[in-house]
Amino acid sequence: MLELRQQHTFFGILLYVASTIFVLYLAMGQPESTVYNGLFWMIQLFVCVNAVAKSFMQESQGRMLYFYSIVSPVHFIISKLIYSTVIMLLMVLLSLVLFRILLGNPVMNELQFIGIACLGGLSLSLVFTLMSAIAAKAHQNAAIMAILGFPLIIPQLLLLIRLSKAAYGEVFREGAVLQIGLLLTGLDLLVIVLSIVLFPFLWRD
Amino acid sequence: MKLNWWKILCIIFLFVTFTAGFLIPVPIIGNLHQSIRNFFFHVPMWFGQMGLLTLSLAYSIAYLRTQNLKYDIYASEFAKTGIVFGILGLATGSIWAKYTWGEFWSNDPKQIAAAIAVLIYLAYIVLRGSLTDFDKKARVSSVYNIFAYFIYIPLIMILPRMVQSLHPGGMEGAKGGGNPALGGGSLDATMEMIFWPAVFGWLLLGIWISSLKIRLSLLVNKNLIHE
Repeated sequence: MLELRQQHTFFGILLYVASTIFVLYLAMGQPESTVYNGLFWMIQLFVCVNAVAKSFMQESQGRMLYFYSIVSPVHFIISKLIYSTVIMLLMVLLSLVLFRILLGNPVMNELQFIGIACLGGLSLSLVFTLMSAIAAKAHQNAAIMAILGFPLIIPQLLLLIRLSKAAYGEVFREGAVLQIGLLLTGLDLLVIVLSIVLFPFLWRD
Repeated sequence: MKLNWWKILCIIFLFVTFTAGFLIPVPIIGNLHQSIRNFFFHVPMWFGQMGLLTLSLAYSIAYLRTQNLKYDIYASEFAKTGIVFGILGLATGSIWAKYTWGEFWSNDPKQIAAAIAVLIYLAYIVLRGSLTDFDKKARVSSVYNIFAYFIYIPLIMILPRMVQSLHPGGMEGAKGGGNPALGGGSLDATMEMIFWPAVFGWLLLGIWISSLKIRLSLLVNKNLIHE
């Protein structure tokens, strides 16, 4: 029930990520760590809007009706969540590699940064999946998606940016990294639960 | 005008706030001087906003459970008044910040969080505006409202306590953490006597404003609501 049938969108997103990062490289060269960090998360944000947002918007009315008749909403939203997380994780890893190749590597603790990036991708994709479901109801309007999603994602994005500074060698208070990480994981769980609880109400039409 | 007991209470509380709040002697703390009186206006705004948004959440849940459009109108009007309180809170806070921290806006985590909160709920209004079908509007915006509330609470409650902040209650707050809204133990007994009436006075005023708007909105949409 996933969109493997629309492979061109998937490759489209891949190309989108690659070309954005390439343009960044042409524009910036190899920036220092604060800029690098900021750029990285901004790219993730926009990739996520483009990749995950599509998951509901490109569904036609007819196909939604078909899904409606064969599966329960809870299963549907869970599969959507899993799908968008997987896509987003792929994108995060791809952009990590590209950032590494093109924009240099100010990261001190690589494993930690990869972990944080994956956590971030997870948070972004989960929030935007439900936002996309809401926006799809509002006449497939892409602007609505940005209006709804951006304020909601800012807190997590701020936490992520702060957290990833740890990987650049900034010294934190003892336990703070773990604390922020746990807080983010908690937020993710909250978002999953809310999506599962709330989606059945969106679904009915 | 129907004058219920809580409306009278609201008037008395706000009267106390506006008279005693300006007249009682206040403790001089650091560079706050007399500007600490803003405490009776700025902080209750946030209590009021939280209270109104919580009511809005409650009515959104009630709508999803009962599918009664009345509750959706309640939820949206409470959210709108909540936004007004949020903007007033930002404004009073900025003026206070200008005279104590030197700038209207100093990118304090709490300022950012409060601004984001206003953005989130403005998005709620935009979302409502973009949908034309009444049932769909009610359902979709209720879902967003519930989702937004649960993102907003960690944002305003947890985040500011984890980072350094100019507000009291930050990680390096003078009194070592504690409740960011109440300034640790720096509140003396007379101030507290004014503060709590101020909080409830403003909250009741918010509910009063919302209830007027709800009554208007119920009349406008009378043909949609089936009792």
